[in-house]
Amino acid sequence: MATTATAPTYAGAESHAESGLWSWLSTVDHKRIAALYLGTSLFWFLVGGLEASIIRLQLALPNGNVVSAERFNELFTMHGTTMIFLVVMPLSAAFFNLLIPLQIGARDVAFPRLNAFSYWVYLFGSIFLNVSWFVGSAPDGGWFGYTPLTTLAYSKNLNIDFWVLGLQILGVSSLAAGFNFITTIVNMRAPGMYFMRMPIFTWMSFIVQFLIVLAFPVITIALVFLQFDRFFGTNFYEIAQGGDPLLWQHLFWIFGHPEVYILILPAFGLVSEILPTFSRKPLFGYPVMVYSGMLIAFLGFGVWAHHMFAVGMGPIADTVFGVTTMLIAIPTGVKIFNWIFTMWGGVLRFTTAMKFAITLVALFVVGGISGVMHASPPADLQQTDTYFIVAHFHYVLVAGSMMGLFAGVYYYYPKFTGRMLDEKLGSWHFWLFFIGVNLTFFPMHFSGLYGMPRRIYRYDAGQGWESFNLTSSIGMGIQIIATVIGFWNFWRSRKNGDIAGNDPWGAPTLEWSIPSPPPDYNFAKVPKVTSRYPLWDVKSPALTSEVPHSPTGEERVDIDVGGQHAGRVSRAIGNPPGGPVGASREVPFGPSGPAPTPRRLPTAKELGIPMPNPSIKPFFVALFMTLMFASLIAIHKDKTQLAVVLVMLFAGALTASLYGWLLTPLEDEH
Amino acid sequence: MSTSAVAHAGHPPTTTGLDHRKIAIWAFIGSECMLFASLISTYLIYKGRSRVGPFPHEWWCQTTNATSATGPIAGCPAGALFKPILNIPVTSQSTFVLLMSSLAMVLALAAVENKDKPGWAGPGFGGRLLESSKLWLLSTALLGAGFLCYQAYEFTSFVHEGLTIKTNLFGSSFFTLTGFHGAHVTAGVLWLLTLLAIDVKRGLGPRDALLVDISALYWHFVDVVWIAIFTLVYLIR
Repeated sequence: MATTATAPTYAGAESHAESGLWSWLSTVDHKRIAALYLGTSLFWFLVGGLEASIIRLQLALPNGNVVSAERFNELFTMHGTTMIFLVVMPLSAAFFNLLIPLQIGARDVAFPRLNAFSYWVYLFGSIFLNVSWFVGSAPDGGWFGYTPLTTLAYSKNLNIDFWVLGLQILGVSSLAAGFNFITTIVNMRAPGMYFMRMPIFTWMSFIVQFLIVLAFPVITIALVFLQFDRFFGTNFYEIAQGGDPLLWQHLFWIFGHPEVYILILPAFGLVSEILPTFSRKPLFGYPVMVYSGMLIAFLGFGVWAHHMFAVGMGPIADTVFGVTTMLIAIPTGVKIFNWIFTMWGGVLRFTTAMKFAITLVALFVVGGISGVMHASPPADLQQTDTYFIVAHFHYVLVAGSMMGLFAGVYYYYPKFTGRMLDEKLGSWHFWLFFIGVNLTFFPMHFSGLYGMPRRIYRYDAGQGWESFNLTSSIGMGIQIIATVIGFWNFWRSRKNGDIAGNDPWGAPTLEWSIPSPPPDYNFAKVPKVTSRYPLWDVKSPALTSEVPHSPTGEERVDIDVGGQHAGRVSRAIGNPPGGPVGASREVPFGPSGPAPTPRRLPTAKELGIPMPNPSIKPFFVALFMTLMFASLIAIHKDKTQLAVVLVMLFAGALTASLYGWLLTPLEDEH
Repeated sequence: MSTSAVAHAGHPPTTTGLDHRKIAIWAFIGSECMLFASLISTYLIYKGRSRVGPFPHEWWCQTTNATSATGPIAGCPAGALFKPILNIPVTSQSTFVLLMSSLAMVLALAAVENKDKPGWAGPGFGGRLLESSKLWLLSTALLGAGFLCYQAYEFTSFVHEGLTIKTNLFGSSFFTLTGFHGAHVTAGVLWLLTLLAIDVKRGLGPRDALLVDISALYWHFVDVVWIAIFTLVYLIR
């Protein structure tokens, strides 16, 4: 019988996948780089969460005494910087890396070594940023680093230097990855994978890469100005010389607002993959989902000054930016309704991934509505710099981005590791996190409207804020328990989870047609794609009857289903509704089928697929680049000569290793 | 060299038929547009906002802080009078040099693309000159280096005339903008010299045309940015 579940078929160690530290340092495999991104960003999630916990501990009761005002400034600055640049962006990058090639039917990204370089720059940059804790001057100017507070006149220590240089380093990582993924998506789609057949996650990633390559240069320049002001005595933000503090605010938010879409669109993409799978329905309004993503990104470049209503830009600017901001609610609302209509009438399966995904849909609306509220300048003037704003952006970033990314972790963990996450622990993780998040952030709406300012490190009793703050802090405690459970699940399931098989969820897109974890070459045979849902075409054609197909629908047989190559007959292979999780009794795909017979996958060599050689050079280029930036710190230790020598030294090493990289072929000659 | 890894046996053809590097360089250029847009906007926003001189287009008297757009300020002590600092004739020359380097770049690319068609450029000495990719790569790099010499001269003379990156908003934004452009030209010169070294070592032919093509795209982009800078900073008062 063709439906017999084949065991997950692992690429044996004798394929390209070696083990050991060296293989990780020199890897250029997008799946391994994805795993590195995943592990590193989850680690920084714990660090950023620890910072948040101390903040909540300090604010739990009036006149808290846990940390000093200075330390509190460092904590909220590093909490924001960590969560945005070291957690949500790289966690999204983990999914870009894993999924973009798999979803478009490619064997790797366009530039595998550049991909490794992006990761190493991220890792070294994140370490550099956090080294500041150990030299006793962590960044303390807020994640937005407003001038002139961050200029040398008001911040004489190294705090801001670490922040400026750290963000410059991290920007290089994002930009390099952006060029890489744009090229990958434009140029490496499998035959038949037209743009309007790409999975929505790939679409949202594509849009995000454009946001990155267009928004990051602006923050780069804003930071260059600040860096020059601090290091070389220029006047960009020097008020006495006629410098305008608004210059920083404009440049920062021209980057900063697209940045929030960089943070949320990948999560939107993940949710758009998860809801159709667990509703067993094609995504409602696929083209509109694509266009609304584009529209969000486009409008995202025209709303930056809504972060600046309080500076008094005048009625015309306020009106224009208020209106454009409200306009963004339209494509976002379209997405929300499309997700609801996707679920409507579907065969819903409430797996942990689905629960996280639905929660994004529900709770993002809360953050979205408060966002529309302060799109109105008069309302914003009441709310700005209060905890109401804190509530707003935590609803979109924690209850939005993080929920979506956790949904993605639960959904794609099997593809990463070949093992399922434990659904019972997952359920605890979800419910506790759900309760904790709402308990923490919902009361902030009230404390904000009662006038509690952001960024204060203590407050007096008797202003009506005590109960809200205590509730928030209790919620934080629940989030900690949830996170411990979730991370324990992530850790133990690597070895102990159920065997996943190719397609544990009965999902429609190409990444589920290949083994979990995928062999280094991903696709033994490059698939030909004839619709948006190639797997459902083969396994459950009834589901995709209303989705456009190529006239030559027979070509669809070129994908692997259940580890077996699906010939034309395989249209008979039906995958009944309902996935394996908690329901493996009824479903032929999954762990409880006939005893799996482990089968060694052919190696790339046996299949004649050319693979890129591992290379340590991106590691060294990234290392020397980070050290080069880091050496600038010495200038402010009054060791300018040392700084110059070090910068020259590392620049030389950087150039040498870069030439070594560029002059070494990616692959062996054939 | 990692020449056309895509065309290797065993790799599926690219979706667009173009090499990955061609797509990537366009994405990179798009990103660079935003970089220079930020720099140029800042320069324009700060134009006329400097509290002290020297100024780009105006005379300035240090003792009275008076300025004049038309000519020397009467009654200003000799040592305190500063003339408009931008030297448009000299910069016109350097602009011409940079534009000519783009021409040389075009010829270098044509020479590499047609390497396998001897005599394509016509008979005689002129034809042989046009066919020499080494000559045109070298010329492009030298003209780029010439532009950098002009810039070094300009920066030095500005410093002698009392304008440094610390002096005023004009100094900060001018040196940062043109310095960033100069750094891009420097990177381009190194890139061209690397190509020249490869050409000398093993000869660049039609199958390496992409390597020259992407460097040419970068080079022309840097050139176009300079045209914007020359117009907005130097020519428009």
